[in-house]
Amino acid sequence: MQRIKTVVGILALSLLLFARVASAQEIVVSAAASLTNALDVVKKGFEAAHPGWTVVANYGASGALLKQLENGAPVDVFASADQQTMDQAAAKGLILPGTRRDFVKNVLVLVVPADSKLAVGGEKDLALPGVARIALGNPDSVPAGRYARESLELAGLWDALRPKYIYGNNVRQVLDYVSRGEVDAAFAFATNARQAGAKVRVVREAATKTPARYPVAVTSTGKKAEAKAFVDYLLSAEGQHILQSFGFGKP
Amino acid sequence: MQNLVSELLLPALVPLGLTLKVALTATLGACLTGIGAGYALSRRSLPGRELLDAICTLPLVLPPTVIGYYLLVLFGRRGVLGQWLQETFGVSLIFTWQGAALAASVVAFPLVCKAARTAFEGVDQNLESAARSLGAGELRVFLAVSLPLAWRGVLGGTMLALARAMGEFGATLMIAGSLPGRTQTLSLAVYEAVQAGRDSEAAFLVLLVSALCVTLLLASGRFLKSNPAT
Repeated sequence: MQRIKTVVGILALSLLLFARVASAQEIVVSAAASLTNALDVVKKGFEAAHPGWTVVANYGASGALLKQLENGAPVDVFASADQQTMDQAAAKGLILPGTRRDFVKNVLVLVVPADSKLAVGGEKDLALPGVARIALGNPDSVPAGRYARESLELAGLWDALRPKYIYGNNVRQVLDYVSRGEVDAAFAFATNARQAGAKVRVVREAATKTPARYPVAVTSTGKKAEAKAFVDYLLSAEGQHILQSFGFGKP
Repeated sequence: MQNLVSELLLPALVPLGLTLKVALTATLGACLTGIGAGYALSRRSLPGRELLDAICTLPLVLPPTVIGYYLLVLFGRRGVLGQWLQETFGVSLIFTWQGAALAASVVAFPLVCKAARTAFEGVDQNLESAARSLGAGELRVFLAVSLPLAWRGVLGGTMLALARAMGEFGATLMIAGSLPGRTQTLSLAVYEAVQAGRDSEAAFLVLLVSALCVTLLLASGRFLKSNPAT
């Protein structure tokens, strides 16, 4: 019995220790999946400028991130790939309204696998019989999917093409499908297509009603000062320079 | 009540039907291959028996995402088997319910295989030898002696396989995606509903899955008990 108590005590103590170490100057950033590679570099720059601080990045579809935040995930900074998700966060009181800023702009593009032999030159060609599968983000939770739906609605094709849609859980999965050649065409952000390099070919920019501006904000439960410092860094000349090197535009 | 039926129950019927279709097909696949493999592994004369057993157990131990990746690479449009299927039969398993069934049957296979091996090993060798000495071929021995004596253990493994196939998520998501009405099974539908913030739908689906699993467990328990070993 005594031994069990000792073991439990040691376990509890070590857990406490770990918890303390982990929370020291740590900023948790929930960011849209399309920001993955760029923010990894931004994180390094920020940590170099603020010794002793660690940025933990949590990437996913903006809708999924919102859901985590809503359920009490310990997040300090939230960056989504669309205004709608951030509006929802604001309406639910999850972010500090004064801290919300747009920090980058992106462009939706229509892409095909690099070795595609189909003559896809624009949205209307997606109706060709040779195009069997079109990948896009799930419009319910993925901003890139919502922009894709907008674009197809503008072209008057959304309903007609419905049987061909393959929904991805985030925009990077969509890109993975098209780079592997599992789908014949896909809608992703220009920055994603750039990362995929030679595996995909960008057909053209897709017209959308809403421009893809990314907002960032400090969460209402987060470590305010530290989170604010990270948002400031994103908007600083240095942060913007890194983001632009990944193909993002000025907001 | 009207709302409950039209908003929650009706939309849940499609993933429910799909789940049953995928799980039953997968269990059938896992059974046919698993019983055969289990029987082969129970034979002492099989060379490299323990190595083969380890390989057959692998899907049980590997993370479903690893299995999903293997399947994607093998059966994808550019995969070796995927290309062959496409050229020979003009079919592709990626993003289809058959693909989901393949993924589920691979993860469920070890459960049948393991149970079958143990069951066949428990069969009295003398009975099999007696059948052989009376002139029965290997197939006849298997069908008339070994299988009837081992069926209870095999059935237990099959029930587990069915339960595992119904809950499959990781490998299925990777090979079949999560397409509503086509490959979105209950476990995927729950995930999607939570991601999209449709909480009442998620809660309803979770209850439905739980009820389904309890029913399955009760049914299998009853079924096994009411049929005592031969």
